[in-house]
Amino acid sequence: MTVIGKRLQRLEDGPLVVGQGQYVANLSFAGELHMRVVRSAHAHGELRRVDASAALAMQGVAAVWTSTDIQDVPPIEFRPTRVQGLEPYRQPVLASKHVRYVGEPVAVVFAESSRSAEDAAELVAMEVSPLPPSLDAETSEVEPAVIRKEYGDLEHAFECAHSVVSLELCIGRQSGVPLESRGGLARLNPDSGIVELYGAAKRPHANRDMIARMLNLDPARVQLFEGHVGGGFGVRGELYPEDVLTCLGAIRLGRPIKWIEDRRENLLACNQSRDQRHRVTAAVDKNGFILGLQDEFFHDQGAYVRTHGARVADMTAAMLPGMYRIPAYRAIGHYRLTNKTPAATYRAPGRFEATFVMERTMDAIAKRLKIDPTEVRRRNLIPKEEMPFARPIQVLETDLVLDSGDYAALLEKARHTFGWDSVRRDVEMRRASGECIGMGLALFVEKSGLGPTDLASAQLLEDGTVEVVTGASSLGQGVETVIAQICADAIGVDYKRVRVVHGRTDRIRKGFGSHASRTTVMTGNASHHAAIRLRARILEVVEGKYDLPTEILEIRDGEIVRTDVNVTVTTLTEVAKISRLNAEGEFNSAQMTYPYGAHLALVSVDRETGAVNVLRYFVAYDIGRAINPMLVEGQILGGVAQGIGGALYEEFIYDEAGQPLSVTLADYLMPTAREIPPIQVLISEDSPSPLNPLGIKGAGEAGINAVGAAIASAIDDALGGEVFITRLPVTPVQLKKELDCSRTGSPQANSLAQ
Amino acid sequence: MTRTAFTVNGDRHVIEVEPRCTLADALREQCDKPGTNVGCEHGVCGTCTVLLDGEPVRSCLLLAVQVEGKSIRTVEGLASHGKLHELQRAFIEHHALQCGYCTPGFLMLGAWCVENRPDITDDELRDLVASNLCRCTGYQNIINAIRAVLGTPQ
Repeated sequence: MTVIGKRLQRLEDGPLVVGQGQYVANLSFAGELHMRVVRSAHAHGELRRVDASAALAMQGVAAVWTSTDIQDVPPIEFRPTRVQGLEPYRQPVLASKHVRYVGEPVAVVFAESSRSAEDAAELVAMEVSPLPPSLDAETSEVEPAVIRKEYGDLEHAFECAHSVVSLELCIGRQSGVPLESRGGLARLNPDSGIVELYGAAKRPHANRDMIARMLNLDPARVQLFEGHVGGGFGVRGELYPEDVLTCLGAIRLGRPIKWIEDRRENLLACNQSRDQRHRVTAAVDKNGFILGLQDEFFHDQGAYVRTHGARVADMTAAMLPGMYRIPAYRAIGHYRLTNKTPAATYRAPGRFEATFVMERTMDAIAKRLKIDPTEVRRRNLIPKEEMPFARPIQVLETDLVLDSGDYAALLEKARHTFGWDSVRRDVEMRRASGECIGMGLALFVEKSGLGPTDLASAQLLEDGTVEVVTGASSLGQGVETVIAQICADAIGVDYKRVRVVHGRTDRIRKGFGSHASRTTVMTGNASHHAAIRLRARILEVVEGKYDLPTEILEIRDGEIVRTDVNVTVTTLTEVAKISRLNAEGEFNSAQMTYPYGAHLALVSVDRETGAVNVLRYFVAYDIGRAINPMLVEGQILGGVAQGIGGALYEEFIYDEAGQPLSVTLADYLMPTAREIPPIQVLISEDSPSPLNPLGIKGAGEAGINAVGAAIASAIDDALGGEVFITRLPVTPVQLKKELDCSRTGSPQANSLAQ
Repeated sequence: MTRTAFTVNGDRHVIEVEPRCTLADALREQCDKPGTNVGCEHGVCGTCTVLLDGEPVRSCLLLAVQVEGKSIRTVEGLASHGKLHELQRAFIEHHALQCGYCTPGFLMLGAWCVENRPDITDDELRDLVASNLCRCTGYQNIINAIRAVLGTPQ
């Protein structure tokens, strides 16, 4: 009676459809003060003076702090890393002598209401002597780190090459932009003396430890609580200056502190991502087999090193070779600072960019050698027989070993299900009648299940339900349902009788949260282990009480059944009365697991306006084993929509003074239903992961990973087959400009296919 | 402070607000209706959509004092006597929500559609759903859920 693999309804939905979501803005404590952050209006400058006297004089204002009030608070840490030299570039909680991006926190106001806090913040005056802003990573002189990954004899590869293909490729600045902005509610619990922060997400335990270190507290005196979270996508739940300020405010002012970010702040101050420029060169033989690949790229980190350190650049460099053999490889990633909002991860960080670069390169090779683009890819694929395939580099400081995969089989499945050949015939017919349409394909490898460890504890409660306490976090993806399905399957109960606890640092001693498509793999396997052990304990109790060997006992739908005579012996509710049973499970992993897939797109281009319309989209994804295919599809559908945003619409633009121009949702254009075509998803389970007992791989980032690559390829196809698209997003303005240039024969600044 | 009175899901509310207080904030803070979430506060995302005298509006773009005497419906008013509205059930069945933050706004759009445009075409429905932003679902399942309640177009 397995419930793994079933399309079961989510356990999360009940309160969310009736308006009872516990989002942080919906929480409050009696006597709370409201916090408002005063932010720099300058991209770069010397901060001469901050005058808070007028704000302090306002009625209802409890305190205004500048950097001098929190001199004892260190800058925000980044995750432990072997990359050296990042420390000097960490972000201070409040700027002191310099401001380095528009939106940087300079002062903070605490007041009786959100409105009075906002009014008072308007009165905080700051005197800044502007300095010239640095706005391009390539010309930036501040380079905290260079990420290098290399193996094989690259020079020899280029000496032997039949052809050399080079491209310059850019990906604009984008971010997750969840519909719920950030927020926090902190208090000093009057009974326990513990600092409590509500509104946690993503990495509650890590953030608890960081807050404790920064505020010089015992970690046991700081606890984080997660309610409902209105989307994460990488940006929410990292530790930001505002999180530290709410906790510090609660401690020093002795009252609960509530902070809810507004949308403008969110677009100025929450992590941004992407923004890379690549110069990629491939050495190929006459058949299109890649002998060597070199990529030098410039990663625009913005003004400070944030919690991820250089991880996005690391993932870009490590994941770029994707599904392909590539015997010699070198990536050099320049991780540089500019005067923009600091950057970190956004769904498929480093991979959205890397897949765009790798797949554009594949298309360029196909053009150069006049080989079908699918065929070029096929020739370079790592064959199933070579799995597991160790690429002699590291990613996120783990060995990059592609654990399982049959890439060629997935490619064929994808083309067959999409109906590639018949779509191609249809495209030719429509072109003949004057339409400008094209189709594109992109392949990708994802990474998931980032370790090192996860813990879970399963307990049989008095009413016969099972409570599973995890170190995971729920950002809306369906964690409770998936973990409940895994545990229900292992124990033999209805999944609705399993209650999953997440995002509570007070309930479990360690946890690594939810990010990097890790939760189903790591927390799922830890929970599975705990559930199997709990089942064994339950059966031991029944064995003792009824004198029946456990071999003939089974748990079915909450009843303990004698399988030899098919009779119910007792129920979980009865067992719970006999003994309080619980079990822990742990799962450790030193390596990630690598799902993979293909994206296929059909687009039309309006040559007059430069507008691109996605007509049809298809994703094939091998996930090893899907716990709940409905939720896997949900992840992919949402990811594709974000990817279409990244491919065609979304970009944070800065003017020459470093002023951000994308500060409303009317400037930062996320796709609506009108821009999203019918999306078809094929979930494949050909290659279970050998790295965990359940064989699972992650789902979170498959939908977005290759959208930029596939749509670029489809636009090229529509326009007549040259490698034309070299920059994302492909906005109408830019495409029109390039089309006009190519029509008049002027050289294109940005298209270097040689 | 200004006194204003309106009904929310049939109940009369008389509240004292600052003139600058938005309808969204008034509903959340003074009418005990926190289900209306606020996404952008400038009228783009539609997360805060409620029905005002039966028509969908962005409650972040209205001041509370503007709705004096009017009738508001919010997500809290969809279920009745502990029984979910058919749209709420359809959203669950069709996996039309993930984080749930935009869901109340889409439910109110959907409710307007079910009550006023049962004959809506697929293309018109896509345009209607394009009024609001969702960052999780890719919209397909939201459209499927509303369509399931409406039934197949004629």
